[in-house]
Amino acid sequence: MTLLHFWRTHASEFASLFGQHVLLVGASTLVAILAGVPIGILAARRPRVGAPIVWLANVVQTIPSLAMFGFLLPLPLVGGLGARVAIFVLILYALLPIIRTTTAGLRSIDHVLVEAGTAMGMTPSQLLREVELPLALPSIVAGIRVAAVIGVGTATIAAAVGAGGLGEYIFRGLSMVDPTVILAGAIPSAALALAIDGALTLVERALKRGTRARGGRATAIVASAMILIAAGVAGAAYARRGGAEVIRVGSKNFTEQIVLGEIVAQTIESRTSLRVERRLNLGGTFICDRALRSGDIDAYVEYSGTAQTAIFHGPVDTDARRVFEEITRRYAEAGLTVLDPLGFENTFAMLVRGDVATTLGLRTLSDAAAHAPSWRAGFGYEFLQRADGYPGLARTYGLRFVAPPTAMDLSLIYRAVAQGQVDFVAGDATSGLIDAYGLAMLEDDRHYFPPYDAAIVARAPVLLAHPEVRTALSALSGRITLADMRRMNRAVDADHRDPADVARQFLATVGHP
Amino acid sequence: MSESAQATAIAFENVDVARGSVPVLHGFTLAIPAGETLALVGRSGAGKSTILKLINRLLLPDSGDVLVESRSTRDWSRFELRRRTGYVMQEVGLFPHMSIEENIATVPRLLGWEASRIAARVKELLDLVGLDAATFSERRPDQLSGGQRQRVGVARALAADPPILLMDEPFGALDPVTRGEMHREFRRIQRLVRKTVVLVTHDMAEAFALGTRVGVLADGALAMIGEPAAVARSSDPRVRPLLEPLMEATGVFAGTR
Repeated sequence: MTLLHFWRTHASEFASLFGQHVLLVGASTLVAILAGVPIGILAARRPRVGAPIVWLANVVQTIPSLAMFGFLLPLPLVGGLGARVAIFVLILYALLPIIRTTTAGLRSIDHVLVEAGTAMGMTPSQLLREVELPLALPSIVAGIRVAAVIGVGTATIAAAVGAGGLGEYIFRGLSMVDPTVILAGAIPSAALALAIDGALTLVERALKRGTRARGGRATAIVASAMILIAAGVAGAAYARRGGAEVIRVGSKNFTEQIVLGEIVAQTIESRTSLRVERRLNLGGTFICDRALRSGDIDAYVEYSGTAQTAIFHGPVDTDARRVFEEITRRYAEAGLTVLDPLGFENTFAMLVRGDVATTLGLRTLSDAAAHAPSWRAGFGYEFLQRADGYPGLARTYGLRFVAPPTAMDLSLIYRAVAQGQVDFVAGDATSGLIDAYGLAMLEDDRHYFPPYDAAIVARAPVLLAHPEVRTALSALSGRITLADMRRMNRAVDADHRDPADVARQFLATVGHP
Repeated sequence: MSESAQATAIAFENVDVARGSVPVLHGFTLAIPAGETLALVGRSGAGKSTILKLINRLLLPDSGDVLVESRSTRDWSRFELRRRTGYVMQEVGLFPHMSIEENIATVPRLLGWEASRIAARVKELLDLVGLDAATFSERRPDQLSGGQRQRVGVARALAADPPILLMDEPFGALDPVTRGEMHREFRRIQRLVRKTVVLVTHDMAEAFALGTRVGVLADGALAMIGEPAAVARSSDPRVRPLLEPLMEATGVFAGTR
């Protein structure tokens, strides 16, 4: 699939993601200007008051953006999924450059001009308006330019919390291991950054050259553009609010989850009269769980063992039935309902290259433990942390590697082991890439991993209010086999097909249960 | 208002000012009649600029009083006072982001004049300082020569027709030829506008060229004040060193104009 073809076939989605991206950056930059310029003025006037604020903005700037989203998600008011938290984070990042350049711009003004203004009888606010701000304006615009360009980049991360924007394509492309889809988001995002950079550079130059009247006009143009963008955001937010009868379907950020999210969404759409809002490709387990509990999403597919250990911090248990009963009870306490399992299990797959397994005669993890000391390992972030993840696995099989395992993005893991960058990885048993890359899955002969039965988790009040949703989704129980799931994953990951199409085709073959 | 109040525009009464623990002015007393051009001469650090800043309340005295139009500067609204005292400085301090017209219009704008009145006044002032309004109104300060900039500086200081004009080394940064030209211009303008002018300079020649009275500052007090001719004849050891460069330049100092 070429890039142009992708854009042509996804034109309306692309337009809306691009629009969201512009709105995220525009709204956050606007608020950052309204807050940052006064803070910058204060910092220039009263360094003792201003210094701590600048320090704080500095500290904020050093927090990685994904971590910042993680901190803020559970907070009231600013937290939750969607554009609100994204805009808040973008504001925080945009503040520092604007504060900095405002302060620097004011401080660099020739004191003679300030003295001249004062001696002519300007009040401090007149001096600010007539002399200081106009002279600092090119510097402030430079700060706005930097803030907006940073914002365009950071906004791509916002897709992880369901804020939309061009990051959707980047994340989707990463999980599909499809460079075309990554580029479909990355190129317009880079172009947007360059365009903003260029436009504001022109404004900056015009301000430096022009007189008061011309500078005023340029400022007015920029300001009205900003206001238009803000109005657009308000409009979009308002439009989103409309229509209460919406079921929000979420998913984690890997292929299988996106396909399952589509299956859930399309089932509701075809079997009920409700509208579905897709909030697919959210961050990992923790973000989905928080989103479900806070009502930002109404349903997503979880795996029993993951819920047991990662969400409820229960002991690792290998009895599938007991685990399912336990999580059903724990979810119910939180006002969440687990539907009957979908039919397949997505356990962790410990993978090595196929030729390595053949040469060394490896079949089980116990076989592999002997060779591990000369291997390098790569694991996803979650696997490194989870109670049912790497630490216990290493204990159970006595695994040691050449170096501590490398943390990698899930989407890169299969290629990394296939290309020999690492020797041993933890993937998903259902991944289509296992076959596509010719990887060998090692058997968990000591039964370390708990069961990972996939099941839909939904908010109980939503199912009560809409029994037809429950009926529709329950019909999916037991209908998706491991083979089905691997085939669908492979269709997306190896054949680069659209997850929505793959889901649609699957539902058609099972005859819309 | 009494007769003497009208006659005396500015008065210093026993003023003390210190910068930190260093006294700048000590027991300084001076009366400046309305309409005179007083040139104050002194070395760097003699307190010349301090005197100007006391008049428009950029500074307040530590003790004593500065009276402007018989009212202590402490009792003036500082903004009102400054809008009634034009201020010309060596660096000129034209606002680089404003056109010449906008620069001159600054104080009238602060005073809320109507646009048509401001436009007429700007044109009148450009004529007064010898700049063609059509040519210069829209220009930016960096498109002007040093002498032209200083003319605009004078026009800006006179914009709202203030009764008092303060000039801090106004022509010090100009080359000697331009400076001479500006001295003639200043005398022509002053004949037309008749302001109370207080001018400070370190250059005795400039003081003689411009002042109707000349005061010599030394050690935070007035060493001497009088007609230029009287000052030129002074044998006061605090005044002579300031006169010497003049005599060296002209061979024999032949009095004043």
